[in-house]
Amino acid sequence: MSDTPASSLAAAAPPPIRDAKLPEGVRLLARRHRLRWYEGLPWLIAIGGYFLFPDYLSLGAQVFIAILFALATDLILGYAGVITLGQAAFFGAGAYACGLLSAHGWTEPLSLLVVAAAAAALVGFLSGFVILRTTGLTQLMLTLIVAVMLQEAANKASTVTGGANGLQGMVISPILGVFDFDLYGHVAYIYCLILLFLGWVLIRTLVHSPFGRTLTGIRESEARMHAIGSPVFRRRLTAYVISAAVCGVAGALLAETTTLVALDSLSFDRSGAVVIMLIVGGLGRLYGAFVGVPIYMIAADRFSTADPTYWYFWIGVFLLLIVLFARGGIVGLIERAVRLVRK
Amino acid sequence: MSDILSAAVSIAFHGVAFAMVLYLISVGLSVTMGLMGFVNLAHGVFAAAGGYVMTTLFNDYGVPFAFAVAIAAIAVGAASVILERTLYRRLYGGDELDQVLMTIALVFISVAGAKYIWGSEQAPMHPPALLAGHVDLLGREFPTYRTFVIVAGVVLVTLLWLGLDRTRLGAKIRAAVDNRRMAQSVGINTSGLFSFTFALGTGLAALGGALGAELLPVFPGYALDNLLLFLIVVSVGGLGTIRGPFFAALLLGVADTAFKYALPQFGSFFIYALTLAILLVRPKGLFGQIGRA
Repeated sequence: MSDTPASSLAAAAPPPIRDAKLPEGVRLLARRHRLRWYEGLPWLIAIGGYFLFPDYLSLGAQVFIAILFALATDLILGYAGVITLGQAAFFGAGAYACGLLSAHGWTEPLSLLVVAAAAAALVGFLSGFVILRTTGLTQLMLTLIVAVMLQEAANKASTVTGGANGLQGMVISPILGVFDFDLYGHVAYIYCLILLFLGWVLIRTLVHSPFGRTLTGIRESEARMHAIGSPVFRRRLTAYVISAAVCGVAGALLAETTTLVALDSLSFDRSGAVVIMLIVGGLGRLYGAFVGVPIYMIAADRFSTADPTYWYFWIGVFLLLIVLFARGGIVGLIERAVRLVRK
Repeated sequence: MSDILSAAVSIAFHGVAFAMVLYLISVGLSVTMGLMGFVNLAHGVFAAAGGYVMTTLFNDYGVPFAFAVAIAAIAVGAASVILERTLYRRLYGGDELDQVLMTIALVFISVAGAKYIWGSEQAPMHPPALLAGHVDLLGREFPTYRTFVIVAGVVLVTLLWLGLDRTRLGAKIRAAVDNRRMAQSVGINTSGLFSFTFALGTGLAALGGALGAELLPVFPGYALDNLLLFLIVVSVGGLGTIRGPFFAALLLGVADTAFKYALPQFGSFFIYALTLAILLVRPKGLFGQIGRA
């Protein structure tokens, strides 16, 4: 991670959109952070997908949730440079907070998201407060251990959480009292897409802000950031808590759209998978999540259909090829290709 | 009173046997991560391979137990050099996350490979006739095989420590762990040393996996399911130390056995809490030196 991907991408990209006809909000976003034409692509694809693949809407909603989770993880892993294998702690905290409340009568989906974000942020604050004082392997271990401790707690407290059977009996009211979740996933698709969009606006604004620049600075050289008087620990903790809150929203979205919370929402598999998907897409690049998550999920789906017994082998080979030949992930590869063409 | 004493003896016995296996497997990981600074999540693969090779030789080909264990350790150690030269070497000094991804890829491949070759069932492990049954010690009965694991563990640990302390090669390895660049500049061939140390570590892991097949059952998901356990031993012991993981393994082996005996309803919760507490007080592990990565 020696180069700063965001800035190199910005340097190679075409001039920003300056269209007076665009709505005020979009123009503000475009002006402040130089919105590029290709940044609209994921959203066009998502909207097109709604009409083109009406049978896959539930799957689509799951992909959006995974992207939101990965996007939030990118803030802490790719931008702030905190090596984490425990993001599932926040995802699961959000999912269980949402699930437990809705099983006990609090069924309003939007307020549940807020509560889930708060619960995950609290877990993020408490764990980040100690984890972020350490570095390297210790840090990685602590993130991992916080997640497995929560999972073990949820597993053993089965009277409250349902343990290994998962939390059942969730009831979710229609969104805004109007849009009820349907069997085909129409509402879930749009609901998750809107929240992913909001999450993207938040994270994009953050990483382009002076705050985001400090995070990148800390990742590149903690000592220098100390030297120029940046409150390193506080900045990292803030990023950690924000990332946790967004992960919590992703977890709550999964709980709301499936009305089920299982132990695997806290599992190491989930923490590991999100990191894998981010590296496949490209870390610290904002769009790594948008590229890596669908590619990994589609690859896993294809491999597991083609070879149900040994599909892990093909996933392994695929990841090995990425490490050996596509450092910086797929977005990194595209950046290099674009740079070559421009030369 | 005698009930408590008897429980304590039993916990100590099984805990120590577990600790020996944990240490044999984890010490190589501590050195790989300390010497090469490599986040190696695939270390358990070598332990699993050792267990598989040993059980296959012993059960299917009638190779005597001692030979089966020795062949497993040597074969896995030798085979790991190929991986070290072709894959690991490319990422030395590289990005930690690339190392994470590569070693996870290796774990995935190994899970599928083990399933392909040995099936999804757990590899059957029956101690040889000589080590089956129980032995009488101080008026109590202990399983012979686990007693053997403890004795074998103590012998191996003594040999390893003596070897690293007293031989020229051991001195070179210690020098390289302490300061790689300095070791290189006084003429130590660190590249060759890396390969050798890697093979030694994976060979020991295979030995641990083979001897411990009765305590840590060998199955395709072995490397993934036990990863956390090995990482805990290494991080609590102190990265890059040889003795640290031994005491960490003892502590965790005994504590885990005790907690699971006394409070089974909490599962592994306490062992994680204990690890968390130790790492908070001593971020570099029990034996790690402050100020070294």
